[in-house]
Amino acid sequence: MKSKFHPDKNGYFGQFGGAFIPELLYPNVKELADNYIQIIESEEFQTEYKSLLKDYVGRPTPLYLAKSLSEKYGAHIYLKREDLCHTGAHKVNNTIGQILIAKKLGKTKIIAETGAGQHGVATATVCALMGIECTVFMGEKDIVRQAPNVARMKMLGAKIVAATSGSKTLKDATNEAIRYWIQHPDTFYLIGSVVGPAPHPDMVARLQAIISEEMKWQLKEKTGKENPDTIIACVGGGSNAAGAFYHYLEDESVELIAVEAAGLGVNSGESAATSQLGEVGIIHGSKTILMQDEYGQIVEPYSISAGLDYPGVGPLHAFLYESGRATFMNATDKEALDAAYELTKIEGIIPALETAHALAVLSKIKFRENQVVVVNLSGRGDKDLETYITHLEDDEKRD
Amino acid sequence: MNSVLELFKKKEQQLLSIYFTCGYPKLDDTTKVISALENNGVDFIEVGLPYSDPLADGPTIQESSQKALENGINLDIVFDQLMTIKETNKTPLVLMGYLNQMLKYGEDKFCKKVVECGIDTLILPDLPMVEFENHYKQLFDKYGLTNVFLITPNTEEERIRKIDLYTESFIYVVASSSITGAKGEISSAQLAYFERIKNMNLKSKLIIGFGISDKETFNTACTYANGAIIGSAFIKDIGKNGIAKIAEFIKPIRS
Repeated sequence: MKSKFHPDKNGYFGQFGGAFIPELLYPNVKELADNYIQIIESEEFQTEYKSLLKDYVGRPTPLYLAKSLSEKYGAHIYLKREDLCHTGAHKVNNTIGQILIAKKLGKTKIIAETGAGQHGVATATVCALMGIECTVFMGEKDIVRQAPNVARMKMLGAKIVAATSGSKTLKDATNEAIRYWIQHPDTFYLIGSVVGPAPHPDMVARLQAIISEEMKWQLKEKTGKENPDTIIACVGGGSNAAGAFYHYLEDESVELIAVEAAGLGVNSGESAATSQLGEVGIIHGSKTILMQDEYGQIVEPYSISAGLDYPGVGPLHAFLYESGRATFMNATDKEALDAAYELTKIEGIIPALETAHALAVLSKIKFRENQVVVVNLSGRGDKDLETYITHLEDDEKRD
Repeated sequence: MNSVLELFKKKEQQLLSIYFTCGYPKLDDTTKVISALENNGVDFIEVGLPYSDPLADGPTIQESSQKALENGINLDIVFDQLMTIKETNKTPLVLMGYLNQMLKYGEDKFCKKVVECGIDTLILPDLPMVEFENHYKQLFDKYGLTNVFLITPNTEEERIRKIDLYTESFIYVVASSSITGAKGEISSAQLAYFERIKNMNLKSKLIIGFGISDKETFNTACTYANGAIIGSAFIKDIGKNGIAKIAEFIKPIRS
């Protein structure tokens, strides 16, 4: 099915996308572009992918009606429990799919970038499963703030390479992964979000689309209708949002809300709210909206959440923003922390800091009575415990 | 006529090009480096625009870009610096930067400024051929600018032939499937690749870059191509010895 939400032959969603890559990478990207759709749509792939998602990842993930949350905000709020996936987040949907594609293309070495470490863990996991060599690039700063995930990756047998250039976070880990890929064109770059040169954004969106595919039949079972009124998801690069929105993109009656990290405040100078602060530009091989100065130098973003600390956004999301198909909201560090504490207290679920940003906008929206809302609970908060505890202690001191 | 092409009419062999980063090691070194390179017989100069996220560059050039940005360099300052030597500089300059710098500055404004500075040749390593065909060819033609394409050991023959057709000055032959960085030697696989490109009898001149660091690698490269570009090795040298010793770096290569 072709629609404006699918990329054209050059990988564009409207004016966004494309493959702005050095000539050195052209053969790799072309090989993937020529083959990915055929592979993904093949019966062989689908059988193995679906079987691993079911028995290894633990899908379908539940769609849970959060009663206390619903009561508090006056709507029917469902949580799509991606946090219950093996490895603790939606990221594994993508890594399972890509490792199968890599195998099909005969690749024997995998590289990946990671911010919060969730994608790194999900990649190291599928590499362990398949017995494939794995190298993960991670910003030096993120290695410190996401120590538990670094330990998990090491235990899974991955080699961790610290990105020491630039801001030492996700942006730089991605740069280093791409540089390594240029030097070692025999490797498969298992990208973690709907970013990068075409066809990566579309490939990752297709692999995360399982989230909204399940939401459709789960909502039908629970509410009698496939469509919710509203879907809310956090956006850094945008992979969990792409997956949660995917099968609803065409149906304009479903309101899509993307939540970015405002850091200390959108206009504080310490923010990662790309749609609000960015302009059209090129990052990591894709034309999109990105945070940059007047000379096109990429600006270092800030968020308490390592997974949202990215100066760009996937080209599909840039298109959703520009076309108005999705509404872009944002939440500060403080609002996200409060939302995380709230969900933990009233629903008994500790969300990832990234996911907490999506939850934080519930208090900012005026819901209609009986409005059906799905929040994509993209990951669990185990990796963020140290941050949560530190801030909780700070709060207690203040009280 | 394109300035590099004009140079090729006069000289076909042993062409030496040097890459340097604007505003490095000091903000106002840009024009001093160009003059020193010209005085020491460098045939054409690759003028690097410092970028925050230079994907196609190795650690040495990345660090020099970072330093230059910390020095306060920006595109307007670079253009101002280049304007001051426009009348005196006789060595062709080739501008190397990343597409986002041009995009943000304004494509037309950027091209106009480049031409005003007396530059007519661009290297944009992240500009893919399809984007060139669909948009940038027309833009560059409008301003009389020439784009330099890169080829690598993995570039297919058909694609090289197409690049040859689009090329008005030279093809940048990437010596190895690696990002820039002085390696110290040229492998037999690379020699086989140079030989293959040489035997294709392309109409365009060939300049080998990446991994060329000294007299030996330069001379080897020149047996397969019209010349070669030295980048990282030069940046390392001026980073360590400052720009006063440029003659000492260039002379041994030419001896």
